[in-house]
Formats: sequence, structure tokens, C-alpha cells
Amino acid sequence: MTVELETLAPPAAARPAFAPSLAGRAAELVRQPMLVLSWLVVAVVIGWAVVPDLFTSYGPYDGDTTASFAPPSLEHWFGTDRLGRDLFARSVYGARTTLIATLLAVVIAFGIGTVVGLVAGFAGGIVDTAVMRVVDVFLAIPSLLLAMVVVSVLGYSTQNIALAVGISSIASFARVMRAEVLSVVTQDYVKAAYGLGVGRLGVMLRHVVPNSLNSVVALAALEVGTAVLAVASLGFLGYGAPPPQPEWGLLVAEGRDFVAVHPWTSILPGVALAIVVIATHRISASFRKDRRR
Amino acid sequence: MLRYVALKVGRALFVVWAAFTLTFVLLFVLPANPVDLLFDPAEINAVPPEVRERVAENYGFNEPVLLQYLDRLGHALTGDFGNSVQSGRPVTAAILDVLPSTLILAAGALVLALVIAFVIALVATSTRHDWVRNLVEALPSTSVSVPVFLSGILILQIFSFQLGWFPAFGDEGWRSLVLPLVTLAIPVSGPIAQLLVRSFAKEFHSGYVTTSWAKGATRGAIVIGDVFRNASLPALTIAGVTFGNLIAGSVITETVFARKGIGRMTQTAINTLDLPLVQGIVVLVAASFALINLVVDLTYPVLDPRLRATLAAPTAKAASGGAR
Repeated sequence: MTVELETLAPPAAARPAFAPSLAGRAAELVRQPMLVLSWLVVAVVIGWAVVPDLFTSYGPYDGDTTASFAPPSLEHWFGTDRLGRDLFARSVYGARTTLIATLLAVVIAFGIGTVVGLVAGFAGGIVDTAVMRVVDVFLAIPSLLLAMVVVSVLGYSTQNIALAVGISSIASFARVMRAEVLSVVTQDYVKAAYGLGVGRLGVMLRHVVPNSLNSVVALAALEVGTAVLAVASLGFLGYGAPPPQPEWGLLVAEGRDFVAVHPWTSILPGVALAIVVIATHRISASFRKDRRR
Repeated sequence: MLRYVALKVGRALFVVWAAFTLTFVLLFVLPANPVDLLFDPAEINAVPPEVRERVAENYGFNEPVLLQYLDRLGHALTGDFGNSVQSGRPVTAAILDVLPSTLILAAGALVLALVIAFVIALVATSTRHDWVRNLVEALPSTSVSVPVFLSGILILQIFSFQLGWFPAFGDEGWRSLVLPLVTLAIPVSGPIAQLLVRSFAKEFHSGYVTTSWAKGATRGAIVIGDVFRNASLPALTIAGVTFGNLIAGSVITETVFARKGIGRMTQTAINTLDLPLVQGIVVLVAASFALINLVVDLTYPVLDPRLRATLAAPTAKAASGGAR
């Protein structure tokens, strides 16, 4: 059905025969300041999600109507919204909602997608054909659209957004895993294991799974950025946590009505979100480069 | 060759049928009580039982699931997806109403995205400066990282509210089309540019380019004359991804700019749980996706003689059939 899309997986033979030394890696990091910065961004955002009160002294719901629509200042880094709530604090607390949903989505997509791809690739034959045709269908519906449909059935909430985003990404994981499994099962060491009398299940768990996971993990890294975007987009469209809960997409949506006069209300939380996604994409790209060497 | 065509057509038809079935299961079977979904959640308790009964009767929810399915499928085959719950109009007519404005937006954005992607690839390949190449190559991954709603709001803020060059909302005339077009083109250009940069770089280091160097061709002549032609074709392979990006992007773009179109209609249909309309849209999108991939699959061998050769060889045919 689909022409071969951009594959994340180079052929297994292209994998490095040895891992670069730790010192070599450290030296490389110094040469890539953007990568270091990206890791820093991700670390800070994880900090926001885990211990938000360390990063801001305001609460996400503390409004001060006398200070509504205050522009960004030293006191309010991102300014304040209509109700005088500190937008930086709302962004910091929003990290938890958005990141947990993202993590859940990636775990669902990774977990189910990997198993489906493994079964399809390893079983082959009619099972493979049947599974891949179903995967085709899921790939034929753009994931945002599929996620919207799923969320409409499940009901609006952040958990359901996570579930919907996860379900809509299962197919791409299944496809990559299957392609990897198909290339691994032809390797000599797999044939050797069969020759030594190892059972099918043993070969699958001991040899096929560990050697196939590599590129699926790289995809998972890429998917983190994509999932943050999907979660925030669904939040923006209003399918997630109800206001006044802080969630990144919802924050942008809430500020949208005032953006003509008070541009920071939407734009600053949105820029923070964009920086996080750029950082995760930068990191996942470095994973893929690692594997290409 | 004929077998190849039949296989691809069969798969395309299967995808459309399966998308219909999947949405039927998701929307009409899985919800415990699909009738409830048809009412506003706030008013659900105020609806008298006889009204619900009548609505259920009307939609055929009292029939066995299999009968409902066959009934809907039979109608869908003739292009009838039932009536929209909100407007009461036939789903097909409602979709056809807004389809042109989305098509214009999507087509324009696609052209712009292709221009951006080719410029990025050409600059990255022809420049002699590493820093220019690094800068330009960072653009595509940035363009897919910025949420569409943010770039839309930023563009709106700068070019409409601050500079006043273009109207902020509405859909009259070409001036109101410019900003949504740019907004939608940004995320769509990213994956195309990434692919082109890679394929340009690959062709730039291939044998025939060395030959051209040896014959004394200039860098510009090689990039335009040799590389451009041979490296552009792979962009077709991500037509499906591009289509998905256009659809997802238009949902957000049309919402931000309050334009009418399929994207905004999808959002309204989901918000109001207009199940027949949602199903109609999903099937339409899946059918378009299948059609686009079918066209690509069928024209690619025509455009690339190497592929035609592999298709003619029986072993390769079996392999390509099994690999997908």
C-alpha cells in the first residue's frame, strides 16, 4: 500500500561494531553545544514537572485581579493572564499535566506497537499479512484525526488524550519493529541459535527482541516530541483538562482571545512548549546519528 | 505488472472499507449507549425516554449491530453517510460544501511547502560554507517542532495585528488566504525538506556527478542539471505523510484563523458528537490517502526506470509483495 517511507532503521549491518569510549563521547558533547543545551532544557522541564514549587513561588491558580494582564517583568516572567494568574507558574505546573500525558502516550504506543510488530514479523505468513493490513488502515488516518475520534468516544480528559495519542501512534511503532525483526531473523546468529536447538520462544526473547529494539527506541525518542505536540494540540482544541487546570495547549488557547492586545498571554507559554519540542527532536536526532556511525 | 496494479488497487479499496468499519466500531458500537452521544451532555437527563426511543429507532440503534453495519455500509457505497445530526443535511453535501476552501488552502500550502523545501535542499547542497549548511539543515526539524497553533498565532500577531498587512479572520479574497497558507506550509515543508536534503546530498556524491566535475561543469550546473532532476523523485514517496500533515495542519490552521473548511468542520463535528459527519470525514480522508498512495505507487515505476526493471523480474515482485 504505502511506498517505503523514510525509515528510521538503517540495515542491521550498519551498526557500529564497538561502542565509542566514554571520553570520546564527552569530547563530542563539548563540540555540540546545542545538544548540551537541549539536554539542559529537557532536564529543567522534567524538574518543572516533578518539583514545580522549586521553580516558581506563585501557585497556578493564585489570581490577583488587580494585576491582570501585567506584561512580562522580573516579577512575572511570562506576564499574567486575565485573572492575574502568573503565566510562568501556570506553564511550570502545566509541564506535569502535559509530560505525564506524553509519557503515557509513548509507553502505550511503544508497548503495544512493539509487541504487534514482533508478532507480525516473527510469525510471518497469514498473521503478518493480517496485522500489516490493519496497520495500513491506522496509517491511512492522520494521527491527529484518529486521536480526535478516539477522544470523542472516550470523553474529554488529559488521560484520554494520552490514550488517544498513544493508540494513534501504535501503527508506526509496529511497522518499524516488524521491519527490524524481519532483518534480524535472517542473521546468522539467529540461525545458529536454532541450530543449537533453542526453541522459537527462546530465540525470540534472547536474540530477536534485544537486537530489534534499537531502532524502535530511536523512534520512541522521536515520538516524545511528536506526542508533546499532539497532546498540546488536542489540549488547544479543548479536548483535554477543563480550565482552570494548567496544560500547555490549553494555556495557549486561553490566551488566544487576548493575543491582539496582550500578546504574551498565548505566545510565551507557546514558545516554551516549542523550545521543549525542538530540544527533544535535537536529542532524538543525535540518537539516530549515534546508530549510523 | 498487471498483478502489481491489481494488488495495489485491492489494498487501496481494503483501506477505505476498513476505515469505514473501524469508525463504525469506534463510533456506533463501542459507546455503551450511542443514543446518549447524540444529545448535549448537559441536557441528557432532561430528554424524555420516548424521545430517546424515537431517536434510537430513527438511527436504527435498536437493530442488531450486524444489520446496522450492513445497512450503513450499503448506503455508504452509494455515497450516503446519513444526515448530519447538527444541521440535518446529508453528510456528503455538507462535506462537499466546505471541501473547496480546504482544497484551495491545502493546495496552496503544498506548493509553498515544496518551494521552501527545494530552496532549503538547493542551498544546503550548493553552499560551500559549513555554517550556512548547518543553519539551513536545522530549519526543517525546527519547522516540525513548532506547534501549528503557535506559529499561526505568531503570524497573526505580527502580520495582521502589528503590521496590518493582511486581515486576521474570515475567508474573503486572496488576502485572507495568505496567512493561513504560510502557517500550514511551515510544518508541511519540514519532512519534505529533510528528505530532499538527504537525497540531494546522496546524489551529489554519486558517480555521474564526478563525471560532470571531470568534464568541467560548475557547481551550479551540477546541482541544477544533474542533482536536482535525479534527487527530486524520492519526495513522492512521502506523499502520504505530507497528506497527513496537511489534514492535521488544516484542522488547527482553520481553527486559529476561523476559516471554514474540512478541518474546522471536523472539530465541530467532534465537539458536537455528530457521529455520521465524523464517520464521513474519516472515510473521505482515508480514501484520499489511499488514492494518493495508489497514484504514487502506480506512477513511480513509470517515472523511475530502475523500479520498472525490478517489477518485471518475477522474484523481485514476490519480494516487494511480501515486504509490505
